[in-house]
Amino acid sequence: MSSARTDTNAGGRWLGFYVLAYLVFLYLPILLIPLFSFNDSIQAAFPLQGFTLGWYETLYGNPALSGALANSLVIGVVAASGATLCGITVSYMDLYGSSPLAATISAVARLPILIPGVIVGISLLILVNLIGLGPSRVAIVLGHILVALPTTVVVMRSRFAAIPKTIREAALDLGASDWTTFRRVMLPLSLPAVLSAFMLAFLTSFDEFIVVFFLAGTEPTLPLYIWSQLRFPRSLPTVMALGTVILTVSFIIAALAEILRHRGLGAARRNPA
Amino acid sequence: MSTIVAARPSLEARISPVFRFAMLLPGGLVTFFLILFALGLVIFLAFRSNDGSLLGAGLTAANFVTVATDPLYWTVTLRSLVIAGLVTLATVVTAYPVAYYLAFHAGRHRNLLLFLVTLPFWTSYLLRVFAWKIVLAYNGVLNSAFIESGLWSEPTLAFLNTPAAVVVTLAHAYAPFAILPIYVALDTIPKSLLEAASDLGARPFTSFRRVVLPNSMPGVLAAALVVFVPTVGDYVTPAMVGGPASTMIGTLIQSQFGKANDWPFGAALSVCVMLVILCVILVARGADRRFGSRT
Repeated sequence: MSSARTDTNAGGRWLGFYVLAYLVFLYLPILLIPLFSFNDSIQAAFPLQGFTLGWYETLYGNPALSGALANSLVIGVVAASGATLCGITVSYMDLYGSSPLAATISAVARLPILIPGVIVGISLLILVNLIGLGPSRVAIVLGHILVALPTTVVVMRSRFAAIPKTIREAALDLGASDWTTFRRVMLPLSLPAVLSAFMLAFLTSFDEFIVVFFLAGTEPTLPLYIWSQLRFPRSLPTVMALGTVILTVSFIIAALAEILRHRGLGAARRNPA
Repeated sequence: MSTIVAARPSLEARISPVFRFAMLLPGGLVTFFLILFALGLVIFLAFRSNDGSLLGAGLTAANFVTVATDPLYWTVTLRSLVIAGLVTLATVVTAYPVAYYLAFHAGRHRNLLLFLVTLPFWTSYLLRVFAWKIVLAYNGVLNSAFIESGLWSEPTLAFLNTPAAVVVTLAHAYAPFAILPIYVALDTIPKSLLEAASDLGARPFTSFRRVVLPNSMPGVLAAALVVFVPTVGDYVTPAMVGGPASTMIGTLIQSQFGKANDWPFGAALSVCVMLVILCVILVARGADRRFGSRT
């Protein structure tokens, strides 16, 4: 047994180095964006030409950029609210609704994972034109609810499933109605997951490009603004400064969502449902 | 999950119709209207001919005949499959050891490492692809770094605008997708199975090959699927780093709904992509069963 233990330890150390190398591969290309955003050159190339904050200054007083930012924020909040609402209700009914319809809805809600973004985009483009909406901010919100839905369903479903089922049964046995049980017992118990699902849905919408490309009307979102700037080599440093800001905000929101998702799960794990 | 539902039928039967309706409404609207109805529209449109109107005219299979007979579409579809296949293979093979380490060796660092490998998933896909563009460009990071270090004297054009650039960029962009499903599959293997294998005299490699690998196959197949699906339909990466030699099927669909402006034909291409994905899912299902899935 002890020889097997040393084997695993030696193997584990090599694997540890591999994981480290993998993380470097994962992060190195992304970290080049902040690196060159401080570089005093229009080209992203070595050797570095000296430190500057000038590219960040170009972000100020740019009406097209601030318009796109405002659009992205509004669309992100509305779409995340919709996706979170759907994620809560779909997963709750999937677990406790005991109806084939609820199970079907939950299965279809996770279907967008198996559809390439380009097809989600064109199917919604046809739909919004058919109902007379056309490419617009509302159309983008609908698209982003769809793109974020699998995430919110998965996050909420695992949270609801981790709540000991005796808690819900106790509430129902004590005479609480379905609605009261849901609102006063189950929802407060899963509040961290609700916030986490909302933040992840917001990030999904905020960074989404593949679907929004088809659904945007005259008001672009931030990723569309970046895409439009990529044609001009002169604006690459500005894009990198903007990208650095976006990456920083994304990292912070994702970290908060991760902390919230784990909060309280420890207690639930001790009494697995 | 079925045990939860079946355990207390009396409680479930009491759910009030109003509550049930209110709770099913938002998800029902989204799934039936935005997903199923919208996909139905794509299939419907695929059988129409383009007359400039929104839903086209007539009822025809001409779009599919064009797709099937024009060698261009065979070439592009084949290229998309090869690129997506290579990306899937590369992502799953490189992700497996990471997932293995997370499941069996990470110890108290596990949650931090899990967070670090999934974090890029939540950052902008466009920015991740853009990062590769500045790495691979003619006057970009890789070329300038090699010249700076004296390895090369001239920048080379060999990086950007090649199918290889598309494979590398996509493999990097979708790397976080692959780790989680494999990790979950590895993590749910009962530790007693590994102890039993070792007690019965299996050497570490044998117990990996005969116990761990077969038991983790459902996760590997799930990982392959979640990487394959978005890559096979991608149009952003070919446009950014691929050049004309890397046109993929997603690029063609996008242009049918843009410049080419032939929506019914674009819908037919989309239906073909969905059929291809369906075949891949069925193959994965079959393989899953062959490997004796426990799910």
